[in-house]
Amino acid sequence: MAKTYNAGVKEYRETYWMPDYEPKDSDFLACFKVVPQEGVSREECAAAVAAESSTGTWTTVWTDLLTDLDYYKGRAYRIEDVPGDDSAYYAFIAYPIDLFEEGSIVSVMTSLVGNVFGFKALRSIRLEDIRFPLAYVMTCGGPPHGIQVERDKMDKYGRPMLGCTIKPKLGLSAKNYGRAVYECLRGGLDFTKDDENVTSQPFMRWRDRFLFCQEAIEKAQVETGERKGHYLNVTAGTPEEMYERAEFAKEIGTPIIMHDFLTGGLTANTGLANYCRKNGLLLHIHRAMHGVIDRNPMHGIHFRVLAKVLRLSGGDHLHSGTVVGKLEGDREATLGWIDIMRDSFIPENRARGIMFDQDFGAMPGVIPVASGGIHVWHMPALVTIFGDDSVLQFGGGTLGHPWGNAAGAAANRVALEACVQARNEGIEVEKNGKEVLTNAAKHSPELKIAMETWKEIKFEFDTVDKLDVAHK
Amino acid sequence: MSQVQDYPSRISDPKSRKAETFSYLPKMTDDQIKKQVEYIISKGWNPAIEHTEPENAFSYYWYMWKLPMFGETDASAVLAEVNNCIKANPNNHVRLIGYDNFAQSQGANMLIKRGDM
Repeated sequence: MAKTYNAGVKEYRETYWMPDYEPKDSDFLACFKVVPQEGVSREECAAAVAAESSTGTWTTVWTDLLTDLDYYKGRAYRIEDVPGDDSAYYAFIAYPIDLFEEGSIVSVMTSLVGNVFGFKALRSIRLEDIRFPLAYVMTCGGPPHGIQVERDKMDKYGRPMLGCTIKPKLGLSAKNYGRAVYECLRGGLDFTKDDENVTSQPFMRWRDRFLFCQEAIEKAQVETGERKGHYLNVTAGTPEEMYERAEFAKEIGTPIIMHDFLTGGLTANTGLANYCRKNGLLLHIHRAMHGVIDRNPMHGIHFRVLAKVLRLSGGDHLHSGTVVGKLEGDREATLGWIDIMRDSFIPENRARGIMFDQDFGAMPGVIPVASGGIHVWHMPALVTIFGDDSVLQFGGGTLGHPWGNAAGAAANRVALEACVQARNEGIEVEKNGKEVLTNAAKHSPELKIAMETWKEIKFEFDTVDKLDVAHK
Repeated sequence: MSQVQDYPSRISDPKSRKAETFSYLPKMTDDQIKKQVEYIISKGWNPAIEHTEPENAFSYYWYMWKLPMFGETDASAVLAEVNNCIKANPNNHVRLIGYDNFAQSQGANMLIKRGDM
């Protein structure tokens, strides 16, 4: 029966709070951690989140009656306490799939983390997780190549890959920069990386850098007999400029390029991923700005959501944190999001903060990249935490070696292979790390000096963004 | 500076050529190789052996030694094939592979014997 039009403000809960709703397989599900303003009930607040992130506005409008709003609306279907925090609770919202444009992760994020994050009835709101329905996943391009294809192209198996970010971050000339790349690669690293700040500044224009780095790659390949790469950063001020750099990288035959997906933007990233898929380039993804978005436990977007978003938008590598290095990252939470990057099906696991089952079907996986303040002494823990499908990146831990980059690279490579060999033999390498490394150093003067150099360096600060754990 | 050591890698020296996983470690003993075979078997992967002349090692495709040993769970049977391959190709690099048919990839691929260079 047709409804009648009554102008005026309605309570959200009358329309958007549906505790009896059974989510469909095709629904998007989102879990928000919400702190309401005083005097606003949980149900009203959850309903308001559902409304503001879907069809609702603050008042009834006559055009509402020209469509079936009951079909298109978001539905707040569950409220849960947040373990360890009495002021906040989880609001679970379901959205019908056709609220979002196919293959446009931008469309999804614009709704889910749009106006609702500035909504006055909330003191704070954080998007903890999204379940993307498989039907929607299949409309997204995903990683240009994925883990298996990258391994085949680079011809590297049965171990994590090794990388290094070239330092100093800024100020080197292109030729000196290429020298640092060459030294790392000839010493045994698989990859080197442009620092994210490096784009095309007056002291080093992108075209010069690309050419010198490619020469470094090619010479190191001839010298070592192994395949090498350098993540050439194509992040630029405009998409046109970004594509021009990517095109040149393809022309000179380099294997992998790089993009910053948050500062560069999701539209640029998805387009670049498609370009890489078409042109056989691997795509490394940096995540500058993520700390602004994901570090506050009460407001923003959890990194596990950003990881899902990147996997759908497209990238073959994504920085994941190291757990043990200089940058933030809780161990269990990290294990959760590296599964989200790599696995086909990730079950709900509250102990790791994963709120929903997530099915990626046949979408390729993304290789997690552990980078930031790590050195040879961390190798046993890194191999244990990240397993083989990862890139371990030692910046200072390679370049800071007293004998130079090549020796630093060799030290890391020997340490890595020794840990993998020991792990395969059934040894618990994290527990027996010192013994494994000490034995390996007997055959490697480079490793021995590295172990002496970095013996005392640790980064033992507590994490700020902890998982929600019961306190009573 | 006198304590700084040179990194002795040269294009002119074939011994500077590496060959991926475990090529930075000392030569494995028979017992160490056996443990790696057991690791591959314990993962449910299919053992395989490949070899090549050292000067052709950069190629993606090395020579397959016979066929991958699908379903082989006896480490000594795999080791016997490793030795057969080495005996027939004494100057070649030899690598041990674990085919992971579920990941459609190689779970393991390691250099177990260096050829003469």
